[in-house]
Amino acid sequence: MLRFILMRLGKAAIILIAILTLNFFLIHAAPGDPAAVMAGEAGAADAKFIAQLREQFGLDKPLLTQLGIYLKGVLQFDLGYSYRQQMPVADLILDRLPATLLLTMTAFVISLVLGTAAGVLASARVGKWSDTAISTLALLFYATPLYWAALMAVLLFSVYFNWLPGFGYETVGANYTGFRRALDIGQHLILPATTLGLFFMAVYMRMTRASMLEVSQLDFVKTARAKGLKSGIIQRRHIFRNAMLPVVTLAGLQAGQLVGGAVLTETVFAWPGIGRLMFEALAQRDYNLLLGVFFVSAAMVLVFNLITDILYRFVDPRIRVA
Amino acid sequence: MADFWKRFSRNRGAVIGLAILAIVVLVAILAPLLFPQSPWRMVQRPFLPPFAMDQYPLGTDALGRNVISGLAYGAQVSLLVGLVSTVAALLIGIPIGALAGYFGGWADDALMRFTEFFQTVPSFALAIVLVAIFEPSIQSIIAAIAIVSWPPVARLVRGEVLSLRSREYVEAAILSGQTSLTIILRQVLPNTISPIIVLASLMVATAILLESSLSFLGLGDPNLMSWGYMIGAARTVIRQAWWLSFFPGVAILLTVLALNLIGEGLNDALNPRLARRGK
Repeated sequence: MLRFILMRLGKAAIILIAILTLNFFLIHAAPGDPAAVMAGEAGAADAKFIAQLREQFGLDKPLLTQLGIYLKGVLQFDLGYSYRQQMPVADLILDRLPATLLLTMTAFVISLVLGTAAGVLASARVGKWSDTAISTLALLFYATPLYWAALMAVLLFSVYFNWLPGFGYETVGANYTGFRRALDIGQHLILPATTLGLFFMAVYMRMTRASMLEVSQLDFVKTARAKGLKSGIIQRRHIFRNAMLPVVTLAGLQAGQLVGGAVLTETVFAWPGIGRLMFEALAQRDYNLLLGVFFVSAAMVLVFNLITDILYRFVDPRIRVA
Repeated sequence: MADFWKRFSRNRGAVIGLAILAIVVLVAILAPLLFPQSPWRMVQRPFLPPFAMDQYPLGTDALGRNVISGLAYGAQVSLLVGLVSTVAALLIGIPIGALAGYFGGWADDALMRFTEFFQTVPSFALAIVLVAIFEPSIQSIIAAIAIVSWPPVARLVRGEVLSLRSREYVEAAILSGQTSLTIILRQVLPNTISPIIVLASLMVATAILLESSLSFLGLGDPNLMSWGYMIGAARTVIRQAWWLSFFPGVAILLTVLALNLIGEGLNDALNPRLARRGK
């Protein structure tokens, strides 16, 4: 097990370095000479000052040396400086990361639980109206643009019914503490997390339904039936456990999309996470910040995949032995 | 062909999807005839609600532009981006998958690690970064979508080629002295067409969603009216004018839904053996 984890860590490290290298070249492809931009921000764009800045930040060195400097910097949590926000990129991101983690994790749990539950239900009633209803709903969720669903949710539940807050992380100026604050954040979380989860709910539902139906055709299920086991027990212990394997794999792969989707959800709901930060960086053409957020979201995906890989070995004993 | 159509039309959803898509395509083609004026032109007072004037059935936006005209021109952008970026993704994914599957060994290893890398990187975030850095334009949007959507193609083609490679007729072709390139192009790839077509139809749907999401964030081509842009521009005025974000969203939803339904129908028609499983 330890050997496996170490191997996976090694692989993740290699991908991380590859992402950083990509990031580095993208920064260089970004419009505008960084030294000229810095000089412009400082309000003194004469040639001598620019040359001085270039030397100071190592921009006059060969590209590969610069890549080395960049990689070393990232290892020390230095993701560059945001000249627009007047703060190091890493600080800006760290500040916003908890809100995004809260949002994506909640959306992940909601979509996985509701998606598999709906999938199991549909597979148990193949061809009946409840199966048709669930499958149609999944098809609709699958085709709905995430940001549009978010806007419509605001319109319906926040503006029209006034049931839930559709804006921000908590009630501004309320100064709640302790449990009251958690409750307040929870209320603000419902709409963004649900809309972010909709698409993934549809994905898990379809996967679970198909997988349940496939497993239920296998021989060991027939054996269990022949032994006279109750169909509820067969569903839970025999079919469900095996049918979940592909769903877990898929969930790990989908985690990346969840971070991407957060950019849209956080933009609509003014949720103060790194997705919203990415939108702000876009609006201001703040490339250092933009690529910093990109790197962190890619790193989040790697961590997520690593966790699923390890989880997978617990869910499926066959892999552990092999 | 008649057989194909019989199997396709047995899937009722697929026929509905095809009908919806046909309407969208028609509207896109006829847009310049139906609405000779540019969709950017201000034609009425701002925030005219829908169904108030016959001439502007879906109302006007914050600048008094005709919403229904924007929808018609937006269909052009969505379909164009969906189609071209999918073709581009196929042009990247098919060769990579075919080479990896056919040659195996270190070539396979290297190409698949490369593919895996692109699958790990969060695709939407990468698309955002690419379009932002290379400046939003229809070309950069299409390129970015193609770059983030080819990996599933490569994996699919590799798997198919891997299983076809050891068939007798391929071995016979090798013995007859055909070059690897000829074998891949003439013997192997034609047999992988069906699953590629099914995947491609779903990719067009995803590409349309991606394009609209980019435009929503302000990364659309500034010279082209698109559905995502319309919703993005209406975001801040949603409390006053719900219709500005509602109708373009419905257009995206219907188009993407139609393509997904068609994909399922194609799957039934092209892989009849698989389709019956679980039904």
